[in-house]
Parts: sequence; structure tokens; C-alpha cells
Amino acid sequence: MLGRSLALGAALLGLAALEEPALAQGAGEQFLPRLVYRTGAYAPNGIPFANGAADYYTMLNERDGGIGGVKVVMEECETGYATDKGVECYERLKSKGATGAAYVSPLSTGITFALTEKVFSDKIPLLTLGYGRSESRNGAVFPWNFIALGSYWTAADVAIQHIAKELGGMDKLKGKKISLVYHDSPYGKEPIPALQLRAQKNGFEFTAIPVTHPGVEQKSQWLAIRQNRPDYVLLWGWGVMNSVAIQEAAAVAYPRDKMIGVWWSGAEPDVTPAGDKATGYKALLLQHPAGKFAVHADIEKHVYAKGQGVGKDTLGQVLFNRGLIDSMIGSEAIRTAQGKFGKKPLTGEQVRWGFENLNIDAARIKALGFEGMLAPFKFSCADHQGADMARVHQWDGKAWKVISDFYTADRSLLDPLVADAAAKYAAEKKITPECAKS
Amino acid sequence: MVAFGQFAEVLIGGLLAGVLYSLVALGFVLIFKASGVFNFAQGAMVLLAGLALVRPLDYMVAQGFPVWAAIVLGLAFAAVVMAASAWLIERFVLGPLVNQDGLTLFMSTIGATFIIEGGAQMIFGSDVYPLRLFPTDAWFLFENQFPGGILVNKLDVWGGLIAGILVAGLAVFFQKTKTGRALRAVADDHAAAQSVGIPISWIWFVVWLVAGLVALVAATVWGTKLGVQFSITFLALKALPVLIIGGFTSVPGAIVGGLIVGAGEKVAEVYLGPLIGGGIEYWFAYVLALIVLLGRPQGLFGERIIERI
Repeated sequence: MLGRSLALGAALLGLAALEEPALAQGAGEQFLPRLVYRTGAYAPNGIPFANGAADYYTMLNERDGGIGGVKVVMEECETGYATDKGVECYERLKSKGATGAAYVSPLSTGITFALTEKVFSDKIPLLTLGYGRSESRNGAVFPWNFIALGSYWTAADVAIQHIAKELGGMDKLKGKKISLVYHDSPYGKEPIPALQLRAQKNGFEFTAIPVTHPGVEQKSQWLAIRQNRPDYVLLWGWGVMNSVAIQEAAAVAYPRDKMIGVWWSGAEPDVTPAGDKATGYKALLLQHPAGKFAVHADIEKHVYAKGQGVGKDTLGQVLFNRGLIDSMIGSEAIRTAQGKFGKKPLTGEQVRWGFENLNIDAARIKALGFEGMLAPFKFSCADHQGADMARVHQWDGKAWKVISDFYTADRSLLDPLVADAAAKYAAEKKITPECAKS
Repeated sequence: MVAFGQFAEVLIGGLLAGVLYSLVALGFVLIFKASGVFNFAQGAMVLLAGLALVRPLDYMVAQGFPVWAAIVLGLAFAAVVMAASAWLIERFVLGPLVNQDGLTLFMSTIGATFIIEGGAQMIFGSDVYPLRLFPTDAWFLFENQFPGGILVNKLDVWGGLIAGILVAGLAVFFQKTKTGRALRAVADDHAAAQSVGIPISWIWFVVWLVAGLVALVAATVWGTKLGVQFSITFLALKALPVLIIGGFTSVPGAIVGGLIVGAGEKVAEVYLGPLIGGGIEYWFAYVLALIVLLGRPQGLFGERIIERI
């Protein structure tokens, strides 16, 4: 018994000894939790995004010694795209490092919904690049959420604009049938209000068709589409749901070039399982395409050439590039905040100031190596989205090709939707909308 | 006439989809029938078999092997992997638990599930790996009678044929072979089977091997449909109502249960779904299962258990 107690004591002491240097190490470093999914049903999509996000910070550390000389330390936590695990990861990592989490990027609308209230009290920014609550654009009500570059309402509006362009004008939408095949989750349901609004305004018939997670079986949905014959199908899927939808569309002979996926339904893992049957399929771009740009050359030189990094096999893929952008926006927010608070590890509250004052103009985009991937964007207290632009690309059987110029979502239509939903949330949670005193 | 054509299309599509569920359900039935263990790991075994097939196959094709040779060698490699996993499960999971109650054995298969899922992804990768062993386009039948014809997917028909062959083979195995009869004896009572000289560890290895090979067959069909990826493990959830309806101990029951679930959920989704918001097919299958469970707890084809008190 005594021996066992001694052994336990020794083990605890050993653990404590391991813990101490880690804390000491973190004193001059900026800590960044990374909520990822590298296993499970959504891993094929989660991996390239996580790779891009991680390799960008590794590049900053290797090339510049971090952000403003402050090294960034990351810790990944596997969420499996499950909301409960995501919250668990957040709770475990939010206080780590010298100043706690700089910000959190959960890559899940479900986890975003769950964390939205928690970040209020924890004062940690929630970066949701092209996903999350569409009304969180309103920074006065959602001071900690940053739905960067586009919401699902932006995406829905741009998709309809592209359809109208293919048809020959907005007036040609009248009388057409447009169906939405969506992941039956908060993510998949997000675009419905914007599409209903568009249907009302432009006179097309809108039908929403849910697919239960994870979407391995969609025969009934596509047989219904075969019977109803919509003019266009919008696809709001994630993971296996996307490739199955494309294959089922082919099976019922629904033309792939009449399908438009959201920007989470338009990456390599979504089309390759379908082989030739995916040819012609289109999807929105959250501005950036697949391919390599100046930033990729820096990653190859400063990360992969030194035998570091995790994403060499996924370099240049759509979701790898989105992961890069996610980390670029986060790191630029930290850099901006350093301009006010000094070059040292910053708290989440200080980093939020950086987000709200982030202004990425064309010159900065070029300097960062993202020229050709992004258009300039700027956050403010009132606008936590910063941009309303998207493009369309199409799978030609071997690669994604950009087939449109930038579309800009119609804010005259969407802003009232944002205002209404944000006001409803503020009333429900008893939030007094105001912009931060900074 | 149009409406009838559409209904026939949904019904046929549902029946064939149900047969694909049966392919997965058969693995459950085999193990339950032969060892009395509800194998929670069957979905994970389909994933392991699929990955063990597609990864070497892709590698060999990339190295310039003829496709047919790569397929044969890939299937052989996957069969070896399934045999190895059957041996490991018998040796380290079930073997030490002989004569424990069913719940303990069931819990051990839950543990095995996570180990197989994690190990398979760690060794073979967690990406989507396309597999194209069967045609996936469709026939359009009776185009003269119905506008647009009645759609029948070729992959579903292949799945039906394979399931038919499997059922016939398994029926012969269980009824006509010495090993098959020994499997049934072990299922009735581990201890009694041991007392009459049946080598239980060998029998359990054989049954897990056969279930592993059935998982490999299911992986060839479902891998062609979805690409080999983690989501294949979710098929276990589709197989569960099939088992409840067909009975946990009946091979033909797995097929009939699959037909009922497939047809029921597709017809419900297409005709009932739009009235109540859609997305009902997953839980509707369990509604059907519950109805059967209430009327016939052992399933339509399951063995009625009568115990002397």
C-alpha cells in the first residue's frame, strides 16, 4: 500500500515537473488553440484546412520569428466536427499560454453556435471564416464573433446572382424552380432565410430538401429532385454529403452544371470520389481559388524545405488555401493589436481590438503573398464581416477553374435580415447593442 | 400513370438500397448467430476492409500493375488483414471473456470499434479514396410506358446480386458444413459447446473471419458508392433497424429486413417527408423496427427463445 502511494506521489511529482517548464516557456509566446478534425467523417475536408492554418503560423515563426517577433505556439485539439467535443476543446485550451487563447477558429457552425455565448464571458474572439451565425456580422450585438469575408446569406445571394447571370438577367428567375439540398444542421439551415427572401423578391419557386448527417444515403432526395426537375440545385453539404450528392445527381441524370455548391461544397475531396461524374459541377469561392501564390512559395521555402510543416501533400488545395487565409486574418489581427498594445503576448480582449481595426488593403495583400487570392477587406465595430464578395469555380474533371468575376452580395436585401436577426438575439439574451470603447 | 411510374421508381430504388444495407447487416447476423455477441464493430470492420483494399490497389495501379491484377492482389491483401484482425480480436478481446455474459462481450466490441477505427485511419489514412469496382450509372426502364422511364441504378443491382450469392453461400455453410453446425452450437451455449469438444477459440476465429470477409464484400459495394472513407462506419446505424426487423439470427431475415427498411424509408421520405419538413428517413426506419419489435420481439425471422424457468 505504501509502495503504491509512493509510486503515485512520484508520478504526480513527475507530471508537475513536466508541466512547469511548459508554463515558463509560454511566458513570451502567443498561445493559439487550434480546433481541428483530422479523424472522423469530416476529416477529408478538415485535414487540408487544418494543414493550411498550421503551416502558415509555422512559416511566420520560421521566417519572421513569429508575429512582430512574438513566437506563436499552437496546440491542436481534435473535435471530430462534434459540438460537444468542440466545447470541451475550447474549455481545455482557452486559458493556456501566457495570456490565454488569442482567438478561436472552430471550423464548425455547430461549435460556433455553442461558443457564441461562452466567448462573451471569456473575452476571446471567435474567428469564423465564411461560416457561423450570419447575423454575427453585427458587431454591436456580437462583439466577439468575426464572420470574416462572407456569411451563408452572402453565399446564398451570390449563388442566385450567378444563376440569374446564366439565365440572362434577374428577371429571368421568375417562375424558375430552385432547390436547396442541405445538411440538416445549423450549418445547412443558415441560407434558408436569405433564399426565401430572394424567392419572394425574384419570383422563383424555392424548395428546401434536408439530408440527415452524415449524408451517406440520399437516394430519396435525388429521386424527388428527378421528379420535381428544378432548374437549379444549390448544395449546402459538408464532407461525404457533397460527393454522394454529386454521384446521386449523376445517377438520376441531373445536370452537374446546374448544381452550385456553397464554398464548403467545392473542394477536391467533394469531387474526386465521383470521378468523371463530377465534371461540370460548380461551387462558390470564398474569394480565393485553388492553386499556388506567392505565400505558397514562402511556405515551401521556410517550412517544407526545412522538413517542417504538416500539409505538403495538400498544398494549394482549396481548403488548404482557406486555412492559410484563416491564419493570415488571425495573425494580422494580432499584428494590428500589437501596434496599440505592444509586441508581446496579447489577451483575447486586446486581439479583438486588432480584429475590429483590421484593414487589409491591396498593398498589404500583396506584401503578405495573397495577391490573386483575395480582394481588400476591412472590419469595423459595426461590421464584423468585412467583405461581401464571392466568385464561382467549376470542376473540369481534373482541376477547379474560376469561371466568374467577383459578385457582390446585395446588402440592401441582406442588411435588414442581419439587423432583424441580431435584434432578436439581443432581445433574447438581453444584450444592449453597442460598439466597443476602444 | 406518371404518378404510378414515380412510385414504382421510389419503391424499386428503396428495395435495392435496402439490399445494400443487408450487406452490412449480414456481418452482424453472422457473429450473433455463431457467438451470441452483438458486434458493434461491424461498421468499423467495413472501413478497415475498404481501406485495406483501396490503398494497396491504388499503390499497385500507380506502380503500373494491370488493374485486374491490382484488384485481385488488393482483395487478397484485404482478406489477409481481415484474417489478422479476426485473430487479434479472438486472442485479445473475446478469448479472455469466454463464458462472460452478453453485455460484457458487447461492451468489448465497442472498445474494438474505436481501436479498429483509429488504427485503420492511422495506418491507411483518413482521406476519401475513390474505388470503382462496379458501374454506377443507371438504366431507365419502361420509357415507353412512363415519361422518363423508371430509374434503376446498376450499382444497386450489383449489390443485390452479390447479396443473393452471399446468402446462398452462408446458408450452405451454416446448414451443411461441420464448422457451420459447430458455430450454431457455440451460439447456443459456449460452455456446453466446449464440453462436447468444440474448440471455441477456433470457432470464434472462423466466425470473425467470415464476418470480416462479408465486411470486405460490403466495402467493395459501398466503397464504390461513397468512396472509401470514415463515413462508411455509419452504415452500422442503417443496418440496426434491418436486424431488428429481420431478426438477429437469420441470414434471410437480414435480406427481408433490408428490403422492408429500404422501401419503407424511401417511400416515407418522398411522400410523407415534404408534409412534415423532410429528413425523416433515418428515424422512420426505426419506427418500422419498433413496430416489428412490439409485435414480434425476436424479429420476423429470428429464433423464438423459450427458456425453462
